[in-house]
Amino acid sequence: MLLRTEELSRAFGGVAAVDAVSIGFGAGAVHALIGPNGAGKTTLLNLLCGIYRPTRGRILFDGRDLTGRPTHEYAAAGIGRTFQNLQVFFNMSALENVMAGRHLLEPCGLAAAALRLRARVREERACRLESEALLDFVGLAAWRDAPADAMPYGALKRLEIARALAAKPKLLLLDEPAAGLNPVETAEIDQLIQSLVTRRVTVVLVEHNMKLVMGVSQHVLVLDYGRVLAEGEPAAVRNDRRVIEAYLGAEPAHA
Amino acid sequence: MRGRGLALLALAVLALPLALPNKYAYEVAILIGLNALVCVGLNLLIGYAGQISLGHAGFFGLGAYGSAILAARYGWPTPLSLPAAVAGVALLAWLVGRPVLRLRGHHLAMATLGLGVIVSIVIATEDRVTGGPDGMSVPPLAAFGVALAGETAWYWAVGALLVGTVWLARNFIDSPRGRALRALHGSEIAAEMVGIDSARHKLDAFVLSAALAALAGGLTAHYSGFITPARAAFLHSIELVTMVVFGGMASTFGAVVGAAALTLLPQILTALKEYEMVVFGAVLMLTMIFMPRGLVPTLEKALAAANRRAV
Repeated sequence: MLLRTEELSRAFGGVAAVDAVSIGFGAGAVHALIGPNGAGKTTLLNLLCGIYRPTRGRILFDGRDLTGRPTHEYAAAGIGRTFQNLQVFFNMSALENVMAGRHLLEPCGLAAAALRLRARVREERACRLESEALLDFVGLAAWRDAPADAMPYGALKRLEIARALAAKPKLLLLDEPAAGLNPVETAEIDQLIQSLVTRRVTVVLVEHNMKLVMGVSQHVLVLDYGRVLAEGEPAAVRNDRRVIEAYLGAEPAHA
Repeated sequence: MRGRGLALLALAVLALPLALPNKYAYEVAILIGLNALVCVGLNLLIGYAGQISLGHAGFFGLGAYGSAILAARYGWPTPLSLPAAVAGVALLAWLVGRPVLRLRGHHLAMATLGLGVIVSIVIATEDRVTGGPDGMSVPPLAAFGVALAGETAWYWAVGALLVGTVWLARNFIDSPRGRALRALHGSEIAAEMVGIDSARHKLDAFVLSAALAALAGGLTAHYSGFITPARAAFLHSIELVTMVVFGGMASTFGAVVGAAALTLLPQILTALKEYEMVVFGAVLMLTMIFMPRGLVPTLEKALAAANRRAV
């Protein structure tokens, strides 16, 4: 298991948003996290990347206990994420966003930074090339020098993915990557997620678009009232009676 | 593009003496350079890292009084007293910034406000070492028996220091460290999520800016030969912030232009002497309303738009 939680819980003012969740995410797969609104998906995601601290329980990633560590240490351990409500660096260009994403791979002393040493210039050029390649990978080559605040919504969604990939994460948490996208853009995101697996990135996907979820993931986890309701392969989860009742409505899902 | 702004600044420094008619004009130019030094540092903090300091005059004052006291009362040679004062201020900024910058939000503004007030009160009341409200005289900057004296010598020294500092600051901003600052200003949570230790990088910017303020303070004291507590007071902190905001946040040349404009303004409007702070307040307000990005970025944008139309 790449990421494992033990009895992970988070309460807000006495209300358990995530309640004793013990789950594991194996490496090299796309895991989907679904559930009705308010089921605790985003809270769980925020726990998994260290934005929230759990009130109880532990998070083990790649053999290390990360519980209670600051967010940037989760990133350093190899966890990346994108945000449902965009958290783009709007004060920078598309390329600079991705270059900032490489922060962990660009250690840089104060003297080297201020004196613009020759090695620094070389590193900067390499960083630029790698970042350009990533923009290309997510299909944003044309937006390279555009200020982020001038880019359309769909492009920003992909920019967040490129920025997260720049840190070379082992695990990537995608928070509703297709929310607000049209069918064409959603299909592009679908392709993009599938190609992440070929880059050896394990994906945890929170998404409401069931067609996307069922098509792209190998393992589905259903949350309801902060607890794990069901988990398994997409086909099995889709036909699970409890899931149909709790989440998809009374009728069987049409995927 | 990279080198052009710096070349322009160097050219301005080189050409300016042609337009300086007398000693007084040189004096104003030197003060502009010294204020610009503070603003280039403060801009790292305000413009790039998005943190407000309302106490940089305190660091300026500590640098000034620190070097002055070490030199005048303890007989330290000035090439030692000045770096010692700067290092002391950097340490103080680190000690204050470290706990405060772990908190999200604008706690730094409050903490520096308090620190600045404490510093100016201590300077005004500890009159046995500082001379109290009357100020103290400061020995000139000297090494190996040669003193840096005369308006022309100071002009070139400050000009070279300013160009060098702008060069260093621009390099810093274009490095991964500078990018980290801009990133955490854009979204702290997203910055943390790509591994940026936001508290550490904010602390970097805070300590660097405090050290630059102390250096400029020390130099100002040695240049004018006299220093009063007014230079460490809250109103001076506001002047410094106004310079950065007016010139342009997240623009190093904006900081220089802002320092120049607002150092000149009171010299031109000497009649308004008593209302100087009112003018500063008005400038700050009008900038926020009509060009929130500041003068230089606004002009750059207008220029770029005009270029596009021309093509």
